[in-house]
Amino acid sequence: MDVRYVNPFVKSVSNVFKTMLHTDVTVGKPYLKTPHCDRPDVSGVIGLSGDVTGVVVLGFSKNVAIAVAEKFVGTSLTVDHPDFADALGELANMVAGGAKASFEGINASISLPSVIVGENHEVIKSKANPSLVIPCDSPMGHFTVEVAMKVEAQVAVGAAS
Amino acid sequence: MKVMLVDDSRTIRNIQKNILGRLGYEDIIEAADGVEGIAKLKSENPELVLLDWNMPNMDGLTFLKTIRGEGIKTPVIMCTTEAEKSRVVQAIQAGANNYVVKPFSTETMAEKIEQTLSRIAANA
Repeated sequence: MDVRYVNPFVKSVSNVFKTMLHTDVTVGKPYLKTPHCDRPDVSGVIGLSGDVTGVVVLGFSKNVAIAVAEKFVGTSLTVDHPDFADALGELANMVAGGAKASFEGINASISLPSVIVGENHEVIKSKANPSLVIPCDSPMGHFTVEVAMKVEAQVAVGAAS
Repeated sequence: MKVMLVDDSRTIRNIQKNILGRLGYEDIIEAADGVEGIAKLKSENPELVLLDWNMPNMDGLTFLKTIRGEGIKTPVIMCTTEAEKSRVVQAIQAGANNYVVKPFSTETMAEKIEQTLSRIAANA
């Protein structure tokens, strides 16, 4: 994945958490995903299509996912509550949508969000399209933004810096 | 004033409802997609619509083109993650009266609602 497309996701996740959850996110140095990386318990997944193909995954441990969803919704939640998945899916949607808007000259679409719940799971992505992991720390705990993205067409590379 | 929220996320609808409540708008109806939105628009006659873009069954742009094609002039504010200028232009050309990009602050949403209603009142 072209690292020039990482910065829009860094900016977007910070903006989404600041604006919707009124909280700061500290973003660490992105790294390439390996089989040894921690696996999430809850994932908010958005597909990318158009001039790009790929997937964006917000990955959380169960406790952090609950804390983030509760902060967003403003009430206590359990994993089984329908608002839990709704909130995390909407956060993934906003993070992917915000990043996509910075891909100048690239026509990309985002899918409706899916939320996967299951201890220590993995979202399988194309092996030809390795994932970059953006580590994030918030007052609710640590989470990751995984981006596996490939520019399909010979389009101008204009991701905002 | 009756306001309709069309968004597949209940979380977003609840946030919008809270903002509208603070602005004094308590008569709120909700729809989770464009199909339900069109049905409720016709049966409940809201005076303002907050409309998401990406939804199952019928997206917001199709909703907008459909109602404007039928001559329905109810003011619509798009509220969406689709932030590219081309998308904003597309929505305005299809008949949106205003545009809010997600994520949105309470202040931005309140400002856009008041701005839209003021413009409509001025043109009445």
